[in-house]
Amino acid sequence: MKMSESHQQPALARCPGCEEPPASGDLYCGACGYDLSAVPARPDDRPTLAITVPPAVPPAPAPSPAAAVPPTAPHAPDAPTPPAPAVQWPAASETDSSDVPVPVHRATDLPGTDSGGKPLPATPGAHHDDPPTTPPVRHDDRAVVAEPATAVPPDASGDFALAAPDPRTAEPTPTPAAGTKVCVACRSGRVDPDGYCENCGHAQPRERDHMEQELGSVAAVSDRGLRHHRNEDSFAVSSTALPDGSPAVVAIVCDGVSSASRPDEASAAAASAANEALLESLPRGTHPQQAMHEAIVAASEAVNALAQDPPGSAEHEAHRHQNAPACTLVGAIMAGGLLVVGWVGDSRVYWVPDDRTGPPARLTEDDSWAAQMVAAGLMNEAEAYADERAHAITGWLGADSYELEPHTASFKPDRPGLVVVCTDGLWNYAESAEEMAAAVPPEAHRRPLHGAQVLVGHALDGGGHDNVTVALLPFAVEPQGAGSACTTV
Amino acid sequence: MANFSKSNVPQFSVEVYQNAFLPEGGREVNAIVTVTSTGGGTTGGIPLPRAAASPGQVPGYGPGPGPGQGPSAAVVLMVDCSGSMDYPPTKMRNARDATAAAIDTLREGTRFAVVAGTHVAKDVYPGNGQLAVADARTKAQAKEALRRLSAGGGTAIGTWLRLTDRLLGAADVDIRHGILLTDGRNEHEAPEDLRAALDSCAGRFTCDARGVGTDWEVKEVTSIASALLGTADIVADPAGLAADFTQMMENAMGKEVADVALRLWTPVGVEIRFVKQVAPTVEDLTGRRTEAGPRAGDYPTGSWGDESRDYHVCVLVPEAGIGQEMLAARVSLILPDPSGAGAPQVLSQGLVRAVWTDDMVASTSINPQVAHYTGQAELAQVIQQGLDARKSGDFDGATAKLGRAVQLASASGNQDTAKLLSKVVDVVDAATGTVRLKAKVAEADEMTLETRSTKTVRVKK
Repeated sequence: MKMSESHQQPALARCPGCEEPPASGDLYCGACGYDLSAVPARPDDRPTLAITVPPAVPPAPAPSPAAAVPPTAPHAPDAPTPPAPAVQWPAASETDSSDVPVPVHRATDLPGTDSGGKPLPATPGAHHDDPPTTPPVRHDDRAVVAEPATAVPPDASGDFALAAPDPRTAEPTPTPAAGTKVCVACRSGRVDPDGYCENCGHAQPRERDHMEQELGSVAAVSDRGLRHHRNEDSFAVSSTALPDGSPAVVAIVCDGVSSASRPDEASAAAASAANEALLESLPRGTHPQQAMHEAIVAASEAVNALAQDPPGSAEHEAHRHQNAPACTLVGAIMAGGLLVVGWVGDSRVYWVPDDRTGPPARLTEDDSWAAQMVAAGLMNEAEAYADERAHAITGWLGADSYELEPHTASFKPDRPGLVVVCTDGLWNYAESAEEMAAAVPPEAHRRPLHGAQVLVGHALDGGGHDNVTVALLPFAVEPQGAGSACTTV
Repeated sequence: MANFSKSNVPQFSVEVYQNAFLPEGGREVNAIVTVTSTGGGTTGGIPLPRAAASPGQVPGYGPGPGPGQGPSAAVVLMVDCSGSMDYPPTKMRNARDATAAAIDTLREGTRFAVVAGTHVAKDVYPGNGQLAVADARTKAQAKEALRRLSAGGGTAIGTWLRLTDRLLGAADVDIRHGILLTDGRNEHEAPEDLRAALDSCAGRFTCDARGVGTDWEVKEVTSIASALLGTADIVADPAGLAADFTQMMENAMGKEVADVALRLWTPVGVEIRFVKQVAPTVEDLTGRRTEAGPRAGDYPTGSWGDESRDYHVCVLVPEAGIGQEMLAARVSLILPDPSGAGAPQVLSQGLVRAVWTDDMVASTSINPQVAHYTGQAELAQVIQQGLDARKSGDFDGATAKLGRAVQLASASGNQDTAKLLSKVVDVVDAATGTVRLKAKVAEADEMTLETRSTKTVRVKK
């Protein structure tokens, strides 16, 4: 990171949106341009508000939300209605990164919306929403640039880099009219159809760079991280009903294997195939554990099928070409009082009881070199994970996988808790169950989306070395006891 | 005309081969851009005896090509008639025969002329300062005129080119092409005169150049072909002229679109290190850029038939942090608006990207295409340097350079060049590039090697 700062400087300098060029968070700002966010004036950029801030808040809201929350959880079946909000997630990509560090200050008024910002829920077309919402933000920079944009390009082939940050002085003019996309990096170029700036060539944030979704009681957030140029993780969350009408909630998280070709396509295909399989089999009455097994097989077939397609992108990356698309998969189902998990690879599920005095647990066993070393008794966990081969996975979905071995497990929790479904981009920064529990904000079971944002923030603060994806599923024990269960916190 | 040329333009496709990944602090981005043009509605070089089209053509009016026919073209044949062409007399006779064969290859309706070159240029057919329209009658007349050609006088190639330019410039056609044959040095005008003539003709027509025998200057002939975006070659034995001329004319007849340019757009702060054509021959285009709007420049590529060429683009991008991605260059093939007023037509385009990563495996791997053509460009260079060293008596230098050439040619599978090299050096070990200079080298072999040193082979895919 330190090294990157120096290189960052130029890029940052061009991003007037970021007020702290030398900070370590710089890459984050420069890469995603989170000023585009629909979240207006944020008081500060404190990256971590994770555990310190919330504790103060929860005590007060806890009781009242507690009453409010249980209804939502049981009503999970109703949740399908919110798919309207679900549509908001494409929009979220633009808002994205800004949300992660977002402090709790929004929580009081709009718990449900703080993910996408309030204007977004209604309109999926985020771009058009931006301008209206932006003015209060760091609009000034952008506005300024929009003018110079025309002035600078002419022959400013020289060092334009320095010119960009300065214009900050100017006043917010709502120049970036609706529809006009301005480069998040230099603020002066328009964005070409290929997604690059017409002035500085900078790649623009893509939809998948940051994705959020909240659906009833389940929420997921995925982020590109700070060191990768694209997000190769993917997720799917959904809810359905068992034949008896009781709710079933599903979360699938996949991590594309970078050394294979088109890992981003692999993870997206796997997550969506597994999700669809579950949405079909669970309402039919298939036992959730069996359903999970079948879903993993279906996901595997979807990834295998990608190997036959010609490369989607025109990039010819020799070192990637040998391998068929591949990814990991981890999923969780809450249905009929059961918690079913399934996985292939090194993405994980953790259990964090609402009553933090109880022990948290990791519910999955990695298909990885490190896990095998530990299992074989050749190394202890600390040694194994310190090794650079730790992350070499021994199981994955993809055409060149030797033999698909889906792992599934079923649990019947006796107390309420939070199910954390994540990729190694998160658990690298909270490996043990205790560390993960410590990273989960106390009120996460009531505000899973916010909790997921905080966890992604935790990974980014830790260095964000990989793509980060996490889904949170609050698990309530009994419908009628749920209220009290939550308040027992 | 605009419509016509548009309908006839072949499909261009652009493919970019590169490793976009850079390490932290990395700035140099290399890419091989493969441009392929296909299907312009022509026969791809085979002359079209379109009987139906020629009758009914009113002489003096453009033989406007009908639908499905090739584009309108004009070709001028420049034949060296200097005194040396009579030594031996077979040279002049072979040149006449070759020119006749080339005329036979002309597509009906093509405009053409024959220029006899000495210390002055004279259009010997049709001879009225204009071009003839190819049909059975004019072809016969032209061949009759060739029989009256005789050798005598000096050599001033610049004057030949200027006359050709005047003749071609008057014709309202899509493709303008010259074919030039010389057997001697350009002794009767100053090198600057030839240079000036080339500068004034560049971009106005394309020209293939051939040296017959061994008394001509390789660098003169290759510079003509290079400036006018044509091919250069040696025809050491005059008996081979007819076949070569026929081939050249077929090639010219296969051209479907002229004045195609490679446009390179780069973002602010990106520096262009070089732009080279690397296949079928190495041709550095870096210095031939003409600005085309903000941060964009055009590099001439001449006329295209059904063919494929590779370009090596190398740019320096500003440093950026790990995880960043930028567009390093946008490469497009463009065709100027025929009227010169409108916006050029973009035929196809490709993107060159830069992505910074801390994955060492990704950032250190070299794209095989880039590696291959980097080697081919070096091959052309070391042959040139080796032959220059040999001429200047620096035999150690020549041995080292030609040894390296043997090594490169053998490693890349450039058989033709390897064969040519083996006539100049004795190869002890090709893999290590260990060679000995041959004590006796035929002049023709050395000239052939030098002329063809820029020919490359494509990477096996």
